[in-house]
Amino acid sequence: MPRIVVDVMPKPEILDPQGKAIAGALPRIGLTGFAGVRQGKRFELTVDGDVTEEVLEQARHAAATLLSNPVIEDVTRVEVLEEDAQ
Amino acid sequence: MSAPNTGTPLIGGPQPVASNNEDSPLNGVKVGVVTFPGSLDDRDAVRAVRLAGGSAIHLWHGDHDLQDVDAVIIPGGFSYGDYLRAGAISRFAPLMEQITAAASGGENALPVLGICNGFQVLTEAHLLPGSMIKNNDLHFICRDQRLRVENNGTFWTSDYGQGEEIVIPLKNQDGQFVADNYTLDELEGEGRVVFRYVDGNPNGSRRDIAGISNAAGNVVGLMPHPEHAVEAGFGPDSSARGNVDVRGGTDGLGIFTSVLKKLVG
Amino acid sequence: MSKKFNIDTVANAEATPGQALPWAELGLKENEYQRVEEILGRRPTGAELAMYSVMWSEHCSYKSSKVHLRQFGEKVTEAMKEHLLVGIGENAGVVDIGDGWAVTFKVESHNHPSFVEPYQGAATGVGGIVRDIISMGARPVAVMDPLRFGAIDHPDTARLVHGIVAGIGGYGNSLGLPNIGGEVVFDSVYQGNPLVNALAVGVLRHEDIRLANASGAGNKVVLFGARTGGDGIGGASVLASESFDDAKPSKRPAVQVGDPFAEKVLIECCLELFKASVVEGIQDLGAAGISCATSELASNGDGGMHVELTNVLLRDPSLTPGEILMSESQERMMAVVTPENMAAFEAIMDKWSVEYSWLGEVTDTGRLIIEWDGEKIVDVDPRTVAHEGPVYERPYHRPEWLDGVQADAFAAERPADLREAVLELMASPNMCAKNWVTDQYDRYVQGNTALAMPDDAGVVRVDEETGLGIAISTDANGRYSYLNPYEGARLALAEAYRNVATSGAQPLAVTDCLNFGSPEDPEVMWQFAETVRGLADACKELGVPVTGGNVSLYNQTGGVAIHPTPVVGVLGVFDDVARRTPSGWREDGQAIYLLGTTADELDGSEWANLRGHLGGQPPALDLAAERTLAAILVNCSRDGMIDAAHDLSEGGLAAGLSDMALRFGVGARIGIDELCERDGIDAFTALFSESQARAVVSVPRSEEVRFNDMCTARNFPTLRIGVVDTENQALDVQGYFTLPLDQLREAHEGTLPRHFG
Repeated sequence: MPRIVVDVMPKPEILDPQGKAIAGALPRIGLTGFAGVRQGKRFELTVDGDVTEEVLEQARHAAATLLSNPVIEDVTRVEVLEEDAQ
Repeated sequence: MSAPNTGTPLIGGPQPVASNNEDSPLNGVKVGVVTFPGSLDDRDAVRAVRLAGGSAIHLWHGDHDLQDVDAVIIPGGFSYGDYLRAGAISRFAPLMEQITAAASGGENALPVLGICNGFQVLTEAHLLPGSMIKNNDLHFICRDQRLRVENNGTFWTSDYGQGEEIVIPLKNQDGQFVADNYTLDELEGEGRVVFRYVDGNPNGSRRDIAGISNAAGNVVGLMPHPEHAVEAGFGPDSSARGNVDVRGGTDGLGIFTSVLKKLVG
Repeated sequence: MSKKFNIDTVANAEATPGQALPWAELGLKENEYQRVEEILGRRPTGAELAMYSVMWSEHCSYKSSKVHLRQFGEKVTEAMKEHLLVGIGENAGVVDIGDGWAVTFKVESHNHPSFVEPYQGAATGVGGIVRDIISMGARPVAVMDPLRFGAIDHPDTARLVHGIVAGIGGYGNSLGLPNIGGEVVFDSVYQGNPLVNALAVGVLRHEDIRLANASGAGNKVVLFGARTGGDGIGGASVLASESFDDAKPSKRPAVQVGDPFAEKVLIECCLELFKASVVEGIQDLGAAGISCATSELASNGDGGMHVELTNVLLRDPSLTPGEILMSESQERMMAVVTPENMAAFEAIMDKWSVEYSWLGEVTDTGRLIIEWDGEKIVDVDPRTVAHEGPVYERPYHRPEWLDGVQADAFAAERPADLREAVLELMASPNMCAKNWVTDQYDRYVQGNTALAMPDDAGVVRVDEETGLGIAISTDANGRYSYLNPYEGARLALAEAYRNVATSGAQPLAVTDCLNFGSPEDPEVMWQFAETVRGLADACKELGVPVTGGNVSLYNQTGGVAIHPTPVVGVLGVFDDVARRTPSGWREDGQAIYLLGTTADELDGSEWANLRGHLGGQPPALDLAAERTLAAILVNCSRDGMIDAAHDLSEGGLAAGLSDMALRFGVGARIGIDELCERDGIDAFTALFSESQARAVVSVPRSEEVRFNDMCTARNFPTLRIGVVDTENQALDVQGYFTLPLDQLREAHEGTLPRHFG
């Protein structure tokens, strides 16, 4: 069954304690090539049937209303997973 | 610990570490309690060791020296905020390398107890199998929990009877123990399920598992908090041993006396 | 980095007196802006305007409430000051509890942010009050959270309950602070204005008290903890006029996100700083951020400070100087350190991996000078920013509708089936078990919790050697205050005082969080004035001083204000917490006594609330009786005369008996006929009236004579109303009903899970 993937990230200006803690840990295990880390969320919505434009619109609505909190988060991706689309 | 130190009495400082009874033979046993940034129950674990008759040593995660301790407790808390996964960042601490090596040392392996977040650290460090995910009702849960001691042959449970029940506090967010069926069967078959929840599974843990050990029995991880049931007046309202006064439950003390007696014996 | 801003320097302000500034958008009134110009003798720079506007806001300056709050200082006797080490005005008051130990405690509101973003609003509310406690030099040892939500079945209530409870737990649990009590109240008046009050208590040695002042010219000023971002300055985006850079984030977040891990590290790191005696003065950064910290530290100290603002470590490099001054980023502290201690300070920061930056130094000029890359952008007398803001005598008058409300006494028909009535009461949103909430909080951590929910007060041990400890309770009844704000405030104090004494502790000091509607509404202002007058009078009568607190105004939506809600926290002391009294009986055959008398007082009661009625006058208050009752309860605890005690308040005797039976699941046989006859009331009134100065206790048989003698000697009415019965798992009110405890528990504990589970 096809899946729609939704990515949600903390807004750039919002403090991301999770990303900050991971960024602090990377150099401690010797990985120094990164200037920063931000941690987001990925959701996979499984569709029963074809992914129509209407279903995609529902996914966008879900992303904007339920899956993210627009006060502190941005929806950065809503799209059909490639491997499922074939 | 490069920080300056003065003699000012202060509640913020480490508590006295010497045991309550200086004549006790257990007093010679040194139990290290590791503090990570974000550890919360470290002072409580130190108190539990002291009330059990042993001597507690404060260990700092960033140090490289185990200070010749005879056993180690990795206490509860939210090390590094539990932000990546509980215990995921702490396992890389310099002191954890020492602990991992010493705990895997065959015959004279170091006894290690991980409580709550400490259990999570031990699974991330692969000293114990399985992992912890969010409680199945998704809430932090704080309650008095009844457990059964399924194996009293470990370093940390020898003071209990086989099958004895105890009541100690449970308090966590990510307390649901999970592992694949092969691992679970192996744990069961080798008697490595050390504690099991009774009177209801609080968090969805597989096969009601509350605590497990490694094959040698020196490393034990336990989700509920025995260090909060060691002192009458400040523990749970109940005990598996019968009626107790308000907050009078001390069923957790046996965990700490077990390791002390085992090391002396 | 600094070059991209067209900085409004002091020189520029002098050169361009006519330039318009966005003072109105920043919330300043015209007369206030003129006052700023008068003080400076010129127009303010953008950065100065930012400072004055936030520091002169209602939230920071208490400009509407100040004239009333003075009573807390004026109505204080020398005897009340006996235990007070630090009074109102510092980050939190400090109370001497003996043996060289002191306690600091304070309650604060985070109402508006918690409505916008419940999880983060509530979380950062805990974070803010805990930093107040740390900055006094104390180790935080417990928190409590008095919460008020809208109607339990309103669709928005679940969003707020889930978010706020998870936020409090998520932050407080991660700090390792036991949550030992609080309140959860549902009432439709809080629908658009939930109240999230947070109380924290800390413990310290007398010699460890730290104050927020910057003394000693040449000492260094350091900012440490989290980096400064654009948090909490959404309304200040008008300051973008300072900038000609396009690379700014589109929107400054009005919501602050908390990082409890950073705060936990900050706690341990500050305690190490205190232990090593390397800080001279310290201040947490809360509302108004660096503006507040610099001006208050300087104002409280020798009066001068020189700061280079480009040294502030930023999370977002596009922030303007004004925004940096106003940012409310969490988990930050500012300290004053002597040059000799800088290395020791830095070693402790490095140990805990806490970031810091040296911003400048203390001066003896009496001026707060802030520079941006060497150019002066702020040059003010810090007192004019921090302490000499505007003060308003807002007009107030008694609402005309109040006469009608007070005349409308509760007159509904009394229920015939008392058993059903008790079940209905104990299952109701306000009287039901709150463990669905409190089981999400850690009450064990630190190993010193001697009593917590659902007992009358939270009790924690302070000194492991002696058992010295403290009790705290918070209370408020918005319905009582709506009916009569003067009496409502006194009743709130009386209940918190009684709760603390019921646990066995001697009440010592008070903190308050006064939640009200708009001060610009003369009727709300009258409620506020009456509340402060009532609370100050009652504090004097009971001999317990207010040590600090918080005022939250503008809790109203669409012109409708919340009930006046003065949340009062009382702190008490035990010489040994081992003698604390739990709220439930356990021993078979113990005698159950009712202390105090019962009148027909159902106006404003929970029962009237269940019938949708709010009118009449709240229960009568006799503070002399409250003092006597408290003395009896404390003595009983000290001399081991009682094994259980519970105060009677909301829900009356019915709620009290139910709570006591359910606490340990032990039943009782109760007789109320003698009570009805003595007090001239019917059985319903005996069970549901909310008369004050009452408590129920259970007395071991061996102590009954001594107990009765003591009450008689104090001329306090007591009546034996029953006996503990471990055989029969029921609350048996003989001649009226028998209620199996299983059934009572199911009703009591089912409500919150049914709505939110």
